[in-house]
Amino acid sequence: MAKYLLLKHYRGAPAAVNDVPMDQWTPEEISAHVQYMNDFAARLEKSGEFVDSKALAPEGTFVQYGGEGRPPVTDGPFAETKDLIAGWMIIDVDSYERAVELAGELSAAPGAGGKPIHEWLELRPFYSAPTATECTWK
Amino acid sequence: MNEALLRSLTPNVLGILVRRGADFAAAEDAVQDALIEAVRVWPADPPRDAKGWLVTVAWRKFLDATRADTARRRREDLVDEEQAPGPAPSADDTLQLYFLCAHPSLTPSSAVALTLRAVGGLTTRQIAQAYLVPEATMAQRISRAKRTVSDVRFDQPGDVATVLRVLYLVFNEGYSGDVDLAAEAIRLTRQLAAVIDHPEVAGLLALMLLHHARRAARTAPDGSLVPLAEQDRGRWDTTLIAEGVEILQAALARDRLGEFQAQAAVAALHADAPTAEETDWVQIVEWYDELAGLTDNPVVRLNRAVAVGEADGPRAGLAALAALDDSLPRHTAVAAYLHERDGDLTTAARLYAEAAQKAPNLAERNHLTRQAARLNTRRPR
Repeated sequence: MAKYLLLKHYRGAPAAVNDVPMDQWTPEEISAHVQYMNDFAARLEKSGEFVDSKALAPEGTFVQYGGEGRPPVTDGPFAETKDLIAGWMIIDVDSYERAVELAGELSAAPGAGGKPIHEWLELRPFYSAPTATECTWK
Repeated sequence: MNEALLRSLTPNVLGILVRRGADFAAAEDAVQDALIEAVRVWPADPPRDAKGWLVTVAWRKFLDATRADTARRRREDLVDEEQAPGPAPSADDTLQLYFLCAHPSLTPSSAVALTLRAVGGLTTRQIAQAYLVPEATMAQRISRAKRTVSDVRFDQPGDVATVLRVLYLVFNEGYSGDVDLAAEAIRLTRQLAAVIDHPEVAGLLALMLLHHARRAARTAPDGSLVPLAEQDRGRWDTTLIAEGVEILQAALARDRLGEFQAQAAVAALHADAPTAEETDWVQIVEWYDELAGLTDNPVVRLNRAVAVGEADGPRAGLAALAALDDSLPRHTAVAAYLHERDGDLTTAARLYAEAAQKAPNLAERNHLTRQAARLNTRRPR
């Protein structure tokens, strides 16, 4: 009963084994990939472990407070140095081991040649609610 | 409409249906239908016997659903033959339901969800809100759980320990949405304690009451954590504390010590102290020794080190801590605290900051970061 974020990167993660850009896949391979992701989410909903899932557009902008009375600053041209998030899935599972198992399955989504991508997914635990017992200094 | 009454009757009614031969999942659906009917009908036409009314309506709903399902005709015949209502031994029914919902074949989260739904009478939406997951996910979790236990024979004796573990999980979950899970866990444990005579059930109930009694004082209005020593003891609920202590003493008198009783004893000693300084740490260390004999849970040994630090001084606490695996959750936080008490502020500040990185929740992280900052701002940079 702990929530984890599975982060999928466009950039910033170590390279996948089957590291072919998606625009060089066949349309069928893309369909198979999308189908795999949808089936995965549907399966997690059935097992009662699904919380949320969203994909993000590849282009992001860094924004910064520009000072009193000035517009915010955006960084525009340095996009190539950034870690880019492709999307996320949030799961609610009974153990860390189960979260790792599911991240492994998601990383096996088919890519070019119908072979698993073996991409690196980042697994991050959510902070949970403080427990009432357990700790003397509460 | 008395929602509390409805919810307290739920496990009873469900238990009676299942004992009469209804399949668990179908019975659960029928009881939910009956509850909806009650919410609709009772305000204008309150029944004299609420439980009898619910049993009658739920049973009718169950028969309707069964009859409508031609594939189940065989079982319908079976059920019609078996039907011999009469007064039911309701205590046993309720107890069996607790065992079923906490059955070892279920994962912890499924057992919790099923318990809240079938025993607690909460709606799927309420449970989903409390656990911050979509309603569809929670509905699937519950229906999977129901399928898992549908083959479990209802008359098998269950294991009280598994039931207590589930209730303990519910209690520790905090609260969100429109259901206070700690209060719900207390309600269910009270109900369990009323139908089963077991010192550990009493122990868990006492533990919950003693912790719940301090809840208002445990966090500041901004949500930040207030450590035990700094809590405003005037805000502790003395009625709950008195009840918890009384229940605990009766349980301890039976001389069948278990983990929950020992934990409750520690909580009672904290609750009993008029000021933090007057806490009986020597006795607390003794209870942690008892606990360590009952369980190999490393959290117990860590908490014991804290108590040793208070009873025999920070050096003794650090010595006790040195014997433990430093990868334990909160090990660093305890080390930071003991080093501060020992006067080594530099080490304490570094360890507080390190402990903050490993904190399991936001309130603790912020608390530990504040401790580090407090010590850092005292020293020249």
